[in-house]
Amino acid sequence: MKPAEKMMERGLRLINRVAGSSAIDRLGLRKPMETLLYQGAKNGFRTAGAAARTFAATQKLLRPARLGAARGAELFDLSPTEEQQMLREAVQSFALEQLRPAAQAADAACAAPVELLQQSSELGIALMGVPEELGGAGNERSAMTNVLVAEAMAQGDLGLAVACLAPAAVSTALVLWGSATQQAKYLPAFVGENLPAAALALQEPSVLFDPFKLATKARKQNGGYVLDGAKSLVPRAASAELFIIAAELEGQGPALFLVESSTRGLSIEAEPSMGLRAAATGRVILEGVQLPADALLGGADAGTYADCVQLARLGWCALAVGTAQAALDYLIPYVNERIAFGEPISHRQAVAFNVANIAIELEGMRLLTYRAASRAERGLPFAQNTALARRLCADKGMSIGSDAVQLLGGHGFIKEHPAERWYRDLRAVGLCEGVLLV
Amino acid sequence: MINLETPKKFSGLVMQAQQVAAQMFRPISRKYDRAEHAYPKELDMLASLLDGLNAAGGTGGAGATAVRRDTSPDSGENRNGSNMSTVLGAIELCWGDVGLLLSMPRQGLGNSAIASVANEEQLARFKGRWAAMAITEPGCGSDSAAIRTTAVKDGDDYILNGEKIYVTAGDRAELVVVWATLDRNVGRAAIKSFVVEKNTPGFELVRLEHKLGIRASDTAAFVLKDCRVPAKNLLGDPEINVEKGFAGVMQTFDNTRPLVAAMAIGLTRACLEETRKALSAAGIEIDYQHPSLTQSAAAAAYIGMEADYEAARLLTLQAAWMADNRKPNSLQASMAKAKAGRTCVDVALRCVELCGSLGYGEGSLLEKWARDAKILDIFEGTQQIQVLIIARRLLGKTSSELR
Repeated sequence: MKPAEKMMERGLRLINRVAGSSAIDRLGLRKPMETLLYQGAKNGFRTAGAAARTFAATQKLLRPARLGAARGAELFDLSPTEEQQMLREAVQSFALEQLRPAAQAADAACAAPVELLQQSSELGIALMGVPEELGGAGNERSAMTNVLVAEAMAQGDLGLAVACLAPAAVSTALVLWGSATQQAKYLPAFVGENLPAAALALQEPSVLFDPFKLATKARKQNGGYVLDGAKSLVPRAASAELFIIAAELEGQGPALFLVESSTRGLSIEAEPSMGLRAAATGRVILEGVQLPADALLGGADAGTYADCVQLARLGWCALAVGTAQAALDYLIPYVNERIAFGEPISHRQAVAFNVANIAIELEGMRLLTYRAASRAERGLPFAQNTALARRLCADKGMSIGSDAVQLLGGHGFIKEHPAERWYRDLRAVGLCEGVLLV
Repeated sequence: MINLETPKKFSGLVMQAQQVAAQMFRPISRKYDRAEHAYPKELDMLASLLDGLNAAGGTGGAGATAVRRDTSPDSGENRNGSNMSTVLGAIELCWGDVGLLLSMPRQGLGNSAIASVANEEQLARFKGRWAAMAITEPGCGSDSAAIRTTAVKDGDDYILNGEKIYVTAGDRAELVVVWATLDRNVGRAAIKSFVVEKNTPGFELVRLEHKLGIRASDTAAFVLKDCRVPAKNLLGDPEINVEKGFAGVMQTFDNTRPLVAAMAIGLTRACLEETRKALSAAGIEIDYQHPSLTQSAAAAAYIGMEADYEAARLLTLQAAWMADNRKPNSLQASMAKAKAGRTCVDVALRCVELCGSLGYGEGSLLEKWARDAKILDIFEGTQQIQVLIIARRLLGKTSSELR
C-alpha cells in the first residue's frame, strides 16, 4: 500500500468510529452488573475484582510491536497536524455535548454512565495508540496527540475524562513496554468492540507519597512474584479487569506488574474522594497476590518506570489544562451577564483582571505541557520539562479552580454551576500520580 | 506539527549573542551600573559587529529593526523568521545586561517603531541611525491617548510643542520618535509619531534621570519649543482617521512587547542560573523526578520559579511565532509581556532572598539584576496595562466599558 493510501485508510477508520459514536446520543440505563459492583463498593464492602474476561493470546507475535518515534520537526510550530485537529474536534464535541451534561449526575453517583464509556471507546482513542499489526490505527508514537485528547476530554469533565481514558493508559503501556507475549495476550481486547475497564495504579495511600519510593512490595517466589500493598485512587477500580500495578521489586527498584482483577488476594475498596468522583475511584488491596513470571512489564527497568511516571504526570497536566479552559469559557459569559451596581461585573477591574490572569496562566500551562509532550514523543529527555509543567499546572490549576468559584460568588458554591466540581477536581492535579499515560 | 524547541537554524545566532553577553556585557556590567550616565564606549565596536552580522545574515540578528512585518506573499508554510530571531537574540543579550542592551547603538525602541510603521522612503532615509522613543509626559504615562504635546501643520512642516520624559537612550540616540497630537479634542485618532532629529532647534535636553536600575542606559527628559519637523518625518497616515483610531501607532507595540518580554526572560534566566550555582555549592541539588514536597524548601521554590520562567519564555516565543506567521498577536504579545514582567521581578527578588547577604550585596550581580528587573514590568506597557488589554479582549469590552 502506498503511504498516501495508508494514511487515508487510517483516517477513514477514525471517521468511522467518530460518526458511529455521535449517532448514539441517548443515555440508557447502566448495565445491571456494573450497578451491582458499584453499589457493593460504595457501601464500603470489599469486593473481589471485577469478573473478568479470560485474556488469552489470539495471535502469535515474534517480537513486540511498537510505534515508531515521531519524526523530528525542524521549526518551532504550534499548529497541530490535520489528523490531530480532526481528533481534537471530535473529542471536544463529545466532551461538551455528552460529558458535560452528564457530569453532575456522575459526580453524585460516583460512577460514569456505561453508555458514555461505550461511546467514548467508539471514538477510537485506544485504537490510535495501538500499532496496525495489532489491529489498532496508530502508526507513530504521539504523546502530543494524547495530550490534545485528554485536554479536549477534560473540557467536558475531568472525572469523566479519567473514567473514559483510563483503559487507554493500560493499552499504551502495553504498546510501549509489553513483551510480544503480553501484547498478544492483552492488546486484542483493547482494539475490539468491548473495551475492558483497566487502570494504571501508581498512587499509594501515604503522606508525601513519592512514586519512586513505593510501599507496595513484590518478592520473587517460585519463578513468579508475590505482591503485597495497597494502591489508592484507582479509576473504575471495581469494574477494571486488568491493572498495571507499580510495586517495589525486591532488590531491583520500582517496577510495573500486569495484574488481572480476578487474581486471588486482590480486593477492591471504594475510595470516594473530594473530586474525580465520576471516575469511581477505589483502593486496590493486594494481599499475597501471586503472579506468573510474565506479569512483569518492562523488565523492572528504572528508565521505563521513570518514563511511566512522567507520562502520567503529563496526563494530569493535560487534564488540568482542559478543565481550566472549561472554567475560563464558563466565566467569560457569566461575568459579562451578571449585573451588580447597575452594570456587568466584568466592568470592574477586580473581576476582569482575575479573568485575564486565568487566561495568562492557562496559556502558560498549555505551552509547558505541549513542550514536554512533544519532547517525549520524539525521544528527547523530558523529565525536567515534565516537572515544570506539573508544577505550573498543579499550582495555577488549583488557583483557577478557586477563582472560578470566587468569581461566581454564591453561585460558585452550589451544584447548579460546575465551578465547585472544577474546584474539587483541580485539587487532584498536584497530588495524583499515575492513571493516564500520554 | 507541534514543536516548541528552539529551531536549529538560529543556534548560530543564539551562540553569538551568548558570547557577546558573556564576554562583553557581563565584565562591564557593574562598572556602568556605578558610573551612571557615562557612555559605555565598549559598545561602539559591538554595534559595528552587530551591523555586520545583520547585513550578512539577512533576517537574522538581534536588532530592534527586525520586527517589521514581512509583506511577501504568504506561502501558508510554517515560518520562523525575524520576530523569533530577534526575541532569541534579546534573551541572550539581556542574560548579559539589560541596561547595556538598551544602550546598543542603532537598536533603540524608536528603531522598532520606524521598522514597524515607516514607508519605504523613510526606511531608507533613517537606515543605520539610532532612534529613541518619546511617548511619556509628566502628566501621562499608560494613558498615552491623553498626551498634550501638539503638532501643528505649517507649510511643509509640523511645529511641535510639549514635554517628554523617560526617553530611553534619549541622550545618545541621533533621532527621537515623538508622539504628538494633531488635535487634543479628537483623542487617540489624532496622535501621530514624528521622527525628530536631535539637533533640531527647539528640541532641548532637560536632564538625565537617576534610577533604581538599568543605570547603564540613559533616560532623558526633553522639551519641545516650536520645534519644526518636516512633514515627511511623520510616520504612517497623516490624516485623522477616527475609524482606524490608534491602530497605526499602537501597531508598534504588538512587535515590541514580545521584545521587552524577551529582555525580562534573559534577566530571569541569569538570576536562576546564578542561584542554582550558589545552591549547588551549598549542597542543594534540584531534582526533577521526586515530588518537590519531598525536597528542601529552597529546591521546591527553585522549581516553582523555573516553571514561571518557562511559561513566560514560551508565551514570548508564541507571540513572536505568530508575528512571523502573520497571525494577529496583540493578545499573546500582552500575555507574554505581563507574564514575563511579573516573573522577572518575582524571581529576581526571590533569588536574592535565597542567596541571603551574598545575593543582597554588591559583590553579586543578583543585587543589580533585582533592581534592573523592575523596569521590565513597567515600560512598554505596565503589568496593569497589559492585563487590562487582555481583559478587554477576552471579555469583548471597549475602553469606555472596562476602564
